[in-house]
Amino acid sequence: MRHIISILLENEAGALSRVAGLFSARGYNIEAMTVAPTHDASISRMTVATRGSEEIMEQVLKQLNKLVEVIRVHDLSEGPHIERELMLIKVHAVGPDREEVKRLSDIFRGRIIDVTDRSYTIELTGPGDKLDAFIHALDPGMVIEVVRSGASAISRGAKAI
Amino acid sequence: MTSPTTIHERLSPKTESETLTGAEIVVRALRDEGVEFVFGYPGGAVLYIYDALDKQEAVQHVLVRHEQAAVHAADAYSRVTGKVGVALVTSGPGATNAVTGIATAYMDSVPLVVISGQVPVALIGNDAFQEVDTVGITRPCTKHNFLVKDVKDLASTLKTAFYLAATGRPGPVLVDIPKDVTGKQCAYHYPDKISLRSYKPTVKGHPGQVRKAMQMIASAQRPIFYTGGGVILGNASEELRKLVRSLNVPITHTLMGLGAYPASDPQFVGMLGMHGTYEANMAVQHCDVLVALGARFDDRVTGNLAKFAPHAKIVHVDVDPSSISKNVRVDVPIVGDLQQVLTEMNQVLDELDALNDPHAMQAWWAQIAEWRKRDCLHYQQDEQIIKPQFVVQKLFELTGGDAIVTSDVGQHQMWAAQFYGFDKPRRWVNSGGLGTMGFGLPAAMGAQVAEPDATVLCITGDGSIQMNIQELSTCQQYKLPLKVACLNNHYLGMVRQWQEFFYEDRYAMSYVDALPDFVKLAEAYGHIGLRADTPADVEPVIREALRLKDRMVFMDFRVDAKENVYPMVPAGAALSDMILV
Repeated sequence: MRHIISILLENEAGALSRVAGLFSARGYNIEAMTVAPTHDASISRMTVATRGSEEIMEQVLKQLNKLVEVIRVHDLSEGPHIERELMLIKVHAVGPDREEVKRLSDIFRGRIIDVTDRSYTIELTGPGDKLDAFIHALDPGMVIEVVRSGASAISRGAKAI
Repeated sequence: MTSPTTIHERLSPKTESETLTGAEIVVRALRDEGVEFVFGYPGGAVLYIYDALDKQEAVQHVLVRHEQAAVHAADAYSRVTGKVGVALVTSGPGATNAVTGIATAYMDSVPLVVISGQVPVALIGNDAFQEVDTVGITRPCTKHNFLVKDVKDLASTLKTAFYLAATGRPGPVLVDIPKDVTGKQCAYHYPDKISLRSYKPTVKGHPGQVRKAMQMIASAQRPIFYTGGGVILGNASEELRKLVRSLNVPITHTLMGLGAYPASDPQFVGMLGMHGTYEANMAVQHCDVLVALGARFDDRVTGNLAKFAPHAKIVHVDVDPSSISKNVRVDVPIVGDLQQVLTEMNQVLDELDALNDPHAMQAWWAQIAEWRKRDCLHYQQDEQIIKPQFVVQKLFELTGGDAIVTSDVGQHQMWAAQFYGFDKPRRWVNSGGLGTMGFGLPAAMGAQVAEPDATVLCITGDGSIQMNIQELSTCQQYKLPLKVACLNNHYLGMVRQWQEFFYEDRYAMSYVDALPDFVKLAEAYGHIGLRADTPADVEPVIREALRLKDRMVFMDFRVDAKENVYPMVPAGAALSDMILV
């Protein structure tokens, strides 16, 4: 099963490598990993999308907690949560495609943020599967390049993790 | 050489904050931490630190001949004393040589602080001379590590390093210090206490869980205690003995746990696992409650996990939550410090209404007595060829079972574990987790430095001893009177045994041709060398070695080349599927 894990960790050099190294050393899967400082500049928040059985997830959480720089670990998949990912996608847009791409972007609530006479760059936010759906809706030959942020996620409700 | 008014004065505690160089801060912090010995090897990046060490006497330095040996020696010093061991190495190759030692300590959860030199801050990342990414290389084999780029952070980082190494599940912590940081000056203030928001080890066991565990244990019909290195690291032997005696339960130890409970006590059924005793393995396979204390269900202990202790409910106490339910499903997990939790268990025991059913326990002990009759460690000593087991047994008898024994890795290690009965904790020092050949001799040095008056025995083999043989020179420099007992069979014996059992007698590269004359080699280093060729030689050689109290003696025992370690559970087999003699 897919899990979204939130990690609060000291914003220190090497902390990111420690987490990434843990996943590779113990053979845990990483689908995506994002990290940036929080409102408290001394703390970074990392979101890891991963897959594994219940036993593996128990070990993942315990091993993460064991890292000295990790302050808190929480598996958001255990409760209601919101997941968002940002995608910037550059597509060919010439002739009749120009209008078609614009329409598709509107349907997905994307925003065209850069335009040339041959291309559009579209900004799109949402859960990962929505971004996948947008890419699939395009003719594969139209995509010039894609950059995705990886999932960021937060629990529903008034409490912090 | 030393101006008497400089560092001697500056290193003595006079004012709250004096200005010291980074190097002086390192030495002063070690002193304030109560460190008596540092094991190390100098080099360019740590010259300021060596200069500062040389100008004081509180912290003594032991010069080894290879950085790996420095870390092993510090490691053994820690295992014998319970204090944090300290090693000091230079940048680049100094640090990479130390890695095997660090990984060894990490796998066995030994508290160490390893200080490594680094190239100056401005050169980091430049592929400078003797530069290596030490924190990168050691990240997966340390509990934590630091690169100190500012002299102002040095004292507090060292304090944190000692705190992390010794608390929770102990382990090695590395502090990498660029050379220019050791040359810069800063006010010295060593913090009394460190508190980290991200690091709060659990000490006390959950009272509800402790009660539940005790009820489960007291209502068992066939209970057994299985304890590991955690009981020794946690200084919990006394509490363990009290509990096990009160309950009159059988107890087995892992390789790392030997000595926690007296081997001479009838409740001890021997070591379990791949080379454990028949009675220990059978008891684990047939028990209904298994009490695991400071042990981690390692593959060498459990054999085939799916077939491990099939009838057992499991209680597992460990300071490290990630050790619990990692390999086996646990019924009552308790996270906490072993000494603390065992004290709580003893308290709950006093409050229990009833202990184990005496009839069931009688039947259980009778069953164990049956298994014991199998005499699984039996060997036959004839008059021609020395059996390695016989050597260890004689070493045990002639040292009164009271030596500190270090070992390397292989057959000799298993025979030492099987035939040298340890009645006390911290007397058996070996690389259980990583299985590091070359550990034994430097470990014996660290043990002898820790206990100068103790008999320190290094039980080794002709393969392992050559992996750090250069340390004979260190033994000479510091007049360390340790005794090496080499079970010399001209083979990498354990490799040969596996090849005999599982690779149809094809002995690929396990025969060690062109061995040195160990007696002459010992003499070349200024020591005494003794050889035993026949069984009749064994006792006189050991007696002579022990008589030479102030000399390092190398005993070369020419033992049966084809002897195997029994019992043996083949990798992947159930614990009860033992190959027996």
